[in-house]
Amino acid sequence: MSDTTLKSDGGSSMSQTQRNWLITVLILAAAVAGSFVAGSDSLLYKVFVGPFVEMYEVPDLFVQVLWEGLVAGTLYALVALGFVLIFKASGVFNFAQGIMVVFGGLSLVGFYAAGVPAFLSLALSVAMMYGLAWTVERVVLRPLVNQDPLILFMATIGLTYFLIGFGEFIFGGEPKTMITQEIGLPSGSYDFDWFGGFVSFQKLDIAAAVIAAIMVGCLAVFFNKTRIGRALRAVADDHQAALSVGITLRQIWVIVWFAAGIVALTTGIMWGARSDVSFALQVIALKALPVIILGGLTSIPGAIVGGLIIGVAEKTAEFYWGPLVGGSIESWIPYFIALGFLWFRPQGLFGEKIIDRI
Amino acid sequence: MNVAAKDIAKGQNILEIDGISLSFGGVKAIRDVSFDVKKGEIRAIIGPNGAGKTSMLNVINGFYHPQEGTINYKGAKRHDMRPYVAATQGIARTFQNVALFAGMSTLDNIMSGRMLKMKVSLPWHFIRFGPAEREELEHRERVEHIIDFLEIQAIRRTPVGRLPYGLQKRVELGRALAMEPELLLLDEPMAGMNLEEKEDMSRYILDVNDQFGTTIALIEHDMGVVMDLSDRVLVLDYGEKIADGTPDEIKNNQNVIDAYLGVAH
Repeated sequence: MSDTTLKSDGGSSMSQTQRNWLITVLILAAAVAGSFVAGSDSLLYKVFVGPFVEMYEVPDLFVQVLWEGLVAGTLYALVALGFVLIFKASGVFNFAQGIMVVFGGLSLVGFYAAGVPAFLSLALSVAMMYGLAWTVERVVLRPLVNQDPLILFMATIGLTYFLIGFGEFIFGGEPKTMITQEIGLPSGSYDFDWFGGFVSFQKLDIAAAVIAAIMVGCLAVFFNKTRIGRALRAVADDHQAALSVGITLRQIWVIVWFAAGIVALTTGIMWGARSDVSFALQVIALKALPVIILGGLTSIPGAIVGGLIIGVAEKTAEFYWGPLVGGSIESWIPYFIALGFLWFRPQGLFGEKIIDRI
Repeated sequence: MNVAAKDIAKGQNILEIDGISLSFGGVKAIRDVSFDVKKGEIRAIIGPNGAGKTSMLNVINGFYHPQEGTINYKGAKRHDMRPYVAATQGIARTFQNVALFAGMSTLDNIMSGRMLKMKVSLPWHFIRFGPAEREELEHRERVEHIIDFLEIQAIRRTPVGRLPYGLQKRVELGRALAMEPELLLLDEPMAGMNLEEKEDMSRYILDVNDQFGTTIALIEHDMGVVMDLSDRVLVLDYGEKIADGTPDEIKNNQNVIDAYLGVAH
């Protein structure tokens, strides 16, 4: 056997993903080598070497950017979690998750503005999310049971527009300020002198991360260890079989929509505290799409890790590479990253490799 | 079984199906079928493909709602059944093409059969410790008995999607048994099995019937198995009842022979 046949054998037995890896590594290596040859003023150098040198030389700034990324990532993860919860249990891609975030935030602010004490408003908002879940099940899902998932998806688009109109009717369309202090969220920041520089952590962001972590922990235990969690997973796997052991789909749907509503309410509070609560916030639903591509629609860990990756990548890209093209790459870079991941892992981060038995 | 068969003959009916007709649009799946199932017996439903056997099970367990007829289960006469009612009233079933929760382990699948027996309310589940945990453990014990009974200890933690077909069928039986059913509906429990697996499954079915006194209605295509296992056999063809009786009667019934072998024209 000659050398050449060996090589061609190796080439043909390589899988698609392996080939992708090889191509990518080769291109990157060529680019880095090229940028050193071309010198530090070249575009190649600015893209492939410059930013990393900067990260190394000014670490305090890098840490700050990373932190901002993680915080944004937590919020993306929460939105994605809302999608995942509902998709897992009912196979519905809930387009209305974004408006549910706004709705949660607005109802909290709205109750407070109407003179209800802060914590009572919070409780009332939770009750409101339950009411929403119950109504959605009764009015939207139940009549459409056994319909194609696409029809249910379109129904949630309809639900989105209804909630926008309904929300504006009740709460008015103008942006509102979140009642941050009133519900016990901290303000101010911890500042540190690190690496000869200055790094600042907003207390609110830390609180957001902690609350998100607790919530995700509770959901994970709930899903994996309890009777109702088991029922949720059962419904996700097989409706008929779930019915045959006496699980009622309706009850399960109300529970997941309620859980997704609680997640939406939390996201609404956290995001509202960083900006304002307005209907513009609902576009964060779109921010969750790359996270879902990355993490898979059915995986809770996928939503969390995916959210953090997207958040960090987005902020670092914006800060270090954004200036090269005049900034504002934040809005599209997440999709770019998600597609890059698919190139290597078509099943998403935590998805199981799909094998069709024939 | 002969001794038991005599007892059954005297026993009361757990299920009476009276004049059931079911159609989907213009297709008549079941036409005016009546039969009964006696407490403690093994009742087979056989017939060529498309005879309406599975539709009949779906009517009994409430997936399909017949246009005509009544279902009298444990003395309560209903026009149609609901899956939830069927489950709470002690009807469990398995499916023709294995309907398990593929992503969950064997243990979780069988535990899901305990769903209705578990009573602790939702808020406790968020805490997990206390009542919810105690209840979970109590039911785990029952489930372990079933796992022992079906000899599937080794696959306790395996996600069922990865199991071979024969074992999946066994897990599905386990899930149905976990419901502690009074009436167990088995839709082709031995389809696609090899001889050894069929013998195992037959043994489990007889043991369930014998040890727990569970009434069983099963659909099966393997005539050898049907004749050996069942106390009485119902034969459907094109949605109509063409024969009903003991295995010996069925074997010699001219209608049945015609339905299976065809008639010369």
